[in-house]
Amino acid sequence: MAPLLAMSGIKKHFAGVPALRGASLEISPGEVHALIGQNGAGKSTLIKILTGLYRRDDGDIEFAGEPSHLTSPREAQNAGIATIYQELNLVPLRSVSENVVMGQEPRTLGVLINWPEAHRRTREILSRFGIDIDVTAPLGSYSTAIQQLVAIARAVSMDAKLVIMDEPTSSLDSSEVEILFGVVRELKASGVSVLYVSHFLDELFQICDRVTIMRDGLTVGCTNIADTTKLDLIAGMLGRNAEEIAAEGQTELAGGNSAFDEVVLDVDNVATGPRLTDFSMTLHRGEIVGLGGLLGSGRTEAARSIFGLDHLSSGSMHLEGKSFNPSEPADAIRARIGFLTEDRKEEGIIPDMSVRENLTLALLPALRKNGQIDLEKEKALVAEFIKKLGIKTAHMDQPIRELSGGNQQKVLLARWLATKPDILILDEPTRGVDVGAKREIQAIIRRFVDDGHAVILISSEFEELVEGANRIVVMHEGRAVSELTNPGITENALVKALAHHEEAAT
Amino acid sequence: MLDQNAFDLRKYISRNPQSVAVWIALVVLIIFGLLRYDNFGGAYNITSFLNYNAMFIAISVGMCFVILTGGIDLSVGSVAAFTSVVAAYLSPYGIEVAMPLAILSGIGFGLFNAVCIVFLRIPPFITTLATMLGAKGGSLVISGAETIAVDWGSNFTQLGMEKAFNIVPWTIVIVGILVVGLWIVLEMTSLGRTILAVGGGEDASTMMGLKVNRAKIFVYALSGGCAGIAGVFLASGFGAGQPLEGVGWELSAIAAVVVGGTLLTGGLGSLPATVAGALLLGLVFNILNFENGKGWISFSAYWQMVIRGAFLFAVILFQTRVMNRQSKVEFAK
Amino acid sequence: MTSLITDEPMRTDFTRRLKQNGGLIALGIIILFNIIVTPNFLQAQTLAVNISQVATIAIVAMGMTLVIATGGIDLSVGAVMALSGALAPLIFQSEFGTAYPALGLVAALLFPLAAAFLCGLFNGTIVAVLKVQPIIATLILFISGRGIAQVLTNGNLQTFSNPEFSYLGTGKILGFPFQGWLALVIACLLFWLVNRTIFGRYLLAVGGNERAAKLSGGPVRKVKIGAYVLCSVLSGLAGLIVVAINSASDAARNGNLMELDAIAAAVVGGALLQGGKAPIFGAILGAVIIQLVKYTLLANGVEDEVALIAKAAIILAAVYIQQARKE
Repeated sequence: MAPLLAMSGIKKHFAGVPALRGASLEISPGEVHALIGQNGAGKSTLIKILTGLYRRDDGDIEFAGEPSHLTSPREAQNAGIATIYQELNLVPLRSVSENVVMGQEPRTLGVLINWPEAHRRTREILSRFGIDIDVTAPLGSYSTAIQQLVAIARAVSMDAKLVIMDEPTSSLDSSEVEILFGVVRELKASGVSVLYVSHFLDELFQICDRVTIMRDGLTVGCTNIADTTKLDLIAGMLGRNAEEIAAEGQTELAGGNSAFDEVVLDVDNVATGPRLTDFSMTLHRGEIVGLGGLLGSGRTEAARSIFGLDHLSSGSMHLEGKSFNPSEPADAIRARIGFLTEDRKEEGIIPDMSVRENLTLALLPALRKNGQIDLEKEKALVAEFIKKLGIKTAHMDQPIRELSGGNQQKVLLARWLATKPDILILDEPTRGVDVGAKREIQAIIRRFVDDGHAVILISSEFEELVEGANRIVVMHEGRAVSELTNPGITENALVKALAHHEEAAT
Repeated sequence: MLDQNAFDLRKYISRNPQSVAVWIALVVLIIFGLLRYDNFGGAYNITSFLNYNAMFIAISVGMCFVILTGGIDLSVGSVAAFTSVVAAYLSPYGIEVAMPLAILSGIGFGLFNAVCIVFLRIPPFITTLATMLGAKGGSLVISGAETIAVDWGSNFTQLGMEKAFNIVPWTIVIVGILVVGLWIVLEMTSLGRTILAVGGGEDASTMMGLKVNRAKIFVYALSGGCAGIAGVFLASGFGAGQPLEGVGWELSAIAAVVVGGTLLTGGLGSLPATVAGALLLGLVFNILNFENGKGWISFSAYWQMVIRGAFLFAVILFQTRVMNRQSKVEFAK
Repeated sequence: MTSLITDEPMRTDFTRRLKQNGGLIALGIIILFNIIVTPNFLQAQTLAVNISQVATIAIVAMGMTLVIATGGIDLSVGAVMALSGALAPLIFQSEFGTAYPALGLVAALLFPLAAAFLCGLFNGTIVAVLKVQPIIATLILFISGRGIAQVLTNGNLQTFSNPEFSYLGTGKILGFPFQGWLALVIACLLFWLVNRTIFGRYLLAVGGNERAAKLSGGPVRKVKIGAYVLCSVLSGLAGLIVVAINSASDAARNGNLMELDAIAAAVVGGALLQGGKAPIFGAILGAVIIQLVKYTLLANGVEDEVALIAKAAIILAAVYIQQARKE
């Protein structure tokens, strides 16, 4: 059978950095096709090229037998490609009905929107998902899960030939996931293809026919789901064979197994809101504690609570035995805590500022001298860190936006190291940096810990957690549900703990 | 609301607290005025009040559409001044020529704004600030900085002086038709809903495949057109094109829109409530005039500005509280 | 969320260079044009006239630059000028002011500036604490600030004769107007503030990436409020200068449309509307260009009204060139 969609040799650069280096993807009619890969493998870019949000630099796309040159989401929609993006792309202020029918609303007299019909149609579509809500209410007044299902309902209602679902289950509970799977099967039965992107590998085995694996902007494999195993898929994403993963270390994080007795930070039953309801952990000097969990499990929220970004609604924290309740980041920084955030662009760098200014941003209060910044001291310090961390920059006054991702990340790491913290919270410290820089960053973290400091590590890269962390606190739906202790943690054990937290061995 | 199967008053109130509040305030103020002043309910006061405020309702309605998309139009005052001069020059050809052409000139400014904002990606506030200057300069140039008397021999002045069926001033009829027409556009057409969606999330609207650019071009052209209508009313009501008028009108319009409960960030708002907001602002000054007439207090005209600002401040305080509540709802699980 | 506009091709070097040196090039062209066309342009008198005119625009534009650096805008500058300008004569012409001329003079300088300070505090608090968009937040005082000034003076023109106070606008040092020197001193102070102090570093960081600044422990609220306060106080000072120049205070006209001049000067001088840049001397350059365009048109018999259109065109062109670079 001729494929519904054939993408081949797709290339895409962003500001000179390759995101796709010749990716391909083929989907048959009526097939549920999985697309997997680590963060930064190029899945999202590939999808955005398919739906006309990005223009490809090179490569061919054929859709329904015709060469495809879509330039906007609207054209994609008209061509029969409906997409549910990872970030919700609906309008919370507007009614549920509007969010479902906008773009193909029912009309009377060819002009006026037939609202009764629109509401009726919306209710009908939602009832397929087992949802019975007031469709005239603003979408934003409903939970994230319902919003997610509404987004899916909208896409499904488009009479599409291909429905793209980018992490559709990240905010759904298990019964909602079952409803979604029912709809996916229904779509498949009616001949619609589904491109299914997910980090939850178990799901793929339940509903997908084939799986395409991407790594570093390339398509590295495509197999029938029945012919593969979860470990094979992980191996494919990581670029190792399965035995190798078990056998040797892949990171520079491993090492240091001294005894830990001095507790630095003690977090007890902390809650900050719906996304973090019950979180506890202890952190010792010289230790890396990993926070394991899937997207939306509350890892980042846990970090934010410790850093004073979200205020505690219940629970308590103790820092070196003293009660600790920071009300803003400046408090946490004074208490010698640093927080390397996940989103480098949005929450990390100040793009137009120089390497020097970015590096000393958290340190400014300490650089005050006679009411102004001690430039001599600042320059000396920056030069020292550039040398120590091997930051590749033309000079310290180069704008940070001109640096590569890995070097930007090193500057941000230096921003925190310069404050001489006792505790560093690292949220995805090696995301989106190349392999070399990744190892260097890991080595820096290792040295920091070996000097007697402590690290809380959040990472989607299993090997970083498995090898680096002394302990892993596994999180699920805003709660710390179990703890794994090294030595003895394997990737399989972690995957298992994440997928079925209730079965996790403690 | 037109978009509900069965009208549910309680639901409407809980979803539109500010719109309801402005209607209540309006009614309370009217009752207060009726009880306190003898001539408040008289035909003369009602007619002259509506006649004068027709201009402000027109620009407020246009402004409402712009703000619903999350934009702003600071040029309405000087565009209205410009079109009043155009209308005055064209008045000898009669209302049927002068009015459409004057409105078209307003739409022209609106389209210029739209091009700068949509295609050159210049922020709305800077674009319309520049157009405000440009239109002001333009009207001073074509008028020679003088008021331009309209041709009293033509039928142009009938617009501001005469009444339809001897009851309602023509300006009110025109504004009424405008408001109802635009209300239908907003509530019942794809274009209207796209405008709301754009204000609620421009990226999301693009992703949903909506015609975002078309919606944005429409609102700025509309706002220019509405300013054009206000300009025609200005010229006919005062018997002259007024190149120096229009100062601060954009603020009155923004205040009316905000008082009516439309979110400044766009995406949520009501056209009738905007009209109510404009009437409420006008009424406050009408009542102040009566109060001055009673001799109890003496508010100089300068207090108007202060009160207008205080009003805006109060409404902003109110809105931030409502917004905070809503954003909390949004993240509720 | 990732922006949809990451996909634009890199712009050419040309627009970047044009953007970086556009102001200076424009200034050169205007001066050259004037030397050739305008009679008596190269005379000390012309220079002095222009300096005395440009100083107020420059002072306000520098304040505006600080606000724009945080990603904000201040529409109330003209109204604050009117307010402080109205207060000064009220104070030194009061009974107290005439009884103790020296004290009255000091009070006439300090009280208006304190009032301006409060205006800035008001603006900054609404923006930074209530998180209202700056355009709307500053609209409040834009409307009522001038209203308050008119209420205070009953809308009357206040004329006075007070040589000490008028020195602000008519004094000369080394043959150049006092306010020119004042603007220069302020520029040097602000340049130091932006480039050498912690406040300045945070100011640029807040405009460059507010979330990152906050996460690095930056006092975001204080910095924003500080920018609005500085802008207001500088506007208040400009208002005093205008009153001193005229030996009269007219609340209806003092600072009218100044917000436009100031924004235009700041943008022409290289301030990014998105924030993150605070070119203090750029603001002066921008003010000089705006003033010279006005002067050129006037001196060559072009009507004042056309100058408005020219100003509008300058603003649009400057922002467009900026946007083009940004994408």
